Amino acid sequence: MKVLAKTGNEAMAYAMKQINPDVVAAYPITPATEVVQIFSNYVADGEVDTEFVAAESEHSAISACFGASAAGARVTTSTASQGLALMHEILYIASGNHLPIVIALVNRSLSAPINIHCDHSDTMGSREAGWMQLYCANSQEAYDSIIIALKVAESCGVPAICSTDAFIISHSMDRLEVLEDEEVQKFVGEYKPQYRALDVDNPKTYGPLDLQDYFFEHKRSQIHAFSKVLDTYNNVAKNYEKLSGRYYPAVEEYKTDGADVAIFAAGSTADTAKEVVDMLEEQGRRVGLVRMRMWRPLPVAEIKAALSKFKAVAIMDRSDTMADFGGPVFLETRGMLYDLDKRPIITDYVYGLGGRNVEIADIVHVYDEITEVAKTGKVKKLVTYLGVRGEE
Amino acid sequence: MKDVHVECQRLMDWQELAKGCLIQEAATSRHFKTGDWRSMRPEWDSEACIQCLFCWITCPDTAIEVKDGKVTGIDYEFCKGCGICAEICPPKASAIKMAREEK
Repeated sequence: MKVLAKTGNEAMAYAMKQINPDVVAAYPITPATEVVQIFSNYVADGEVDTEFVAAESEHSAISACFGASAAGARVTTSTASQGLALMHEILYIASGNHLPIVIALVNRSLSAPINIHCDHSDTMGSREAGWMQLYCANSQEAYDSIIIALKVAESCGVPAICSTDAFIISHSMDRLEVLEDEEVQKFVGEYKPQYRALDVDNPKTYGPLDLQDYFFEHKRSQIHAFSKVLDTYNNVAKNYEKLSGRYYPAVEEYKTDGADVAIFAAGSTADTAKEVVDMLEEQGRRVGLVRMRMWRPLPVAEIKAALSKFKAVAIMDRSDTMADFGGPVFLETRGMLYDLDKRPIITDYVYGLGGRNVEIADIVHVYDEITEVAKTGKVKKLVTYLGVRGEE
Repeated sequence: MKDVHVECQRLMDWQELAKGCLIQEAATSRHFKTGDWRSMRPEWDSEACIQCLFCWITCPDTAIEVKDGKVTGIDYEFCKGCGICAEICPPKASAIKMAREEK
């Protein structure tokens, strides 16, 4: 086993190198620039066989990815924030055409105000675009997830986004265990698309007008393809564990047995919360952590099973829905648990917008509050904006 | 080439469709008549026509019918009635004139 020191961006670029995609079309954006910048070095140095397309915008980059994928190529790219927003239109067109493109994404807040640091508003804004979403907690997971996501995407005909937290993961040096190139190649296998636009012997029509008579059936078929993603993911993740020794469930539970309360969080904050769980355990307090890793499709059964055993759960939302009713993880989780006979009390903590740091003390504070909620059964505040000046 | 549209008289269920909105044959626009929402129609006068083919080359669709290098008529199943053919037709010939479409 080879151990390297790499940042999140370097780790994702390294995974892309080992995948050796046919085409990468990209446009740089902070803090994801490095991913394709490093990858373009691999191209220039002849370490990959990839056709690298330097596009003039993210809209063009993902459009080139779409064209290449429709032609039958294995395709990956990278972006963040405004870049994903500019890709938004084509995200739907790629997923609607069942094209398994993989985006190595860095989560950065959306303007305005302009900011380059972490929150999850970019990918949360693309939840309905028909892309699988994996939120990674560290560089190791980002590396592993790119490989897993590609395999799942190509098996299901569903595109995928793997994301890391801006700077917190993307630019932080971490210990990285990597597979050999041949192992990755063998794991992802040869990409054999069902259709290729460049199959001139069997011409086909791509992107036809689809009106009242067939549009709905095509969308239903897309939803069906998406419904296969979670099972496929579970199988691929298990096979990846056999290869690497590392297992990533769609929903991760950490020290949840015997705990009355838990935090439900994603990304680097979940890793910080694990430290807090350990720390509180040493003080004789039993609290749990549930980590949300996959957020599209929603791993409903897993989330129900994980959260139903608590008296109270604090959701950590690193974006807001502007619904005046909390963040997306809060709203969707409450929806998923509605059918349970015994539901936990659920409160929301919108935190860390624009990269506002969330520290050990902040998470301890959340555990204190949710423990109080579990004890009294009373919710003082349903949605809290954690760490904002001027809040009561 | 297999002609799915002619063969398939009934609308298919979602399970029967190819992945994506892909149609497993090319040039399917031939089956989709798009000339039914025209408000003006070009009328071609074969006597006045000088066979310059300006209308044929400027038609944004392919609605000017040509055989053996000569205009033979207008394909009303695809003509949208944009009037470019009438506009480009040399004034001395004025072989194409636009008329209100009456149905």
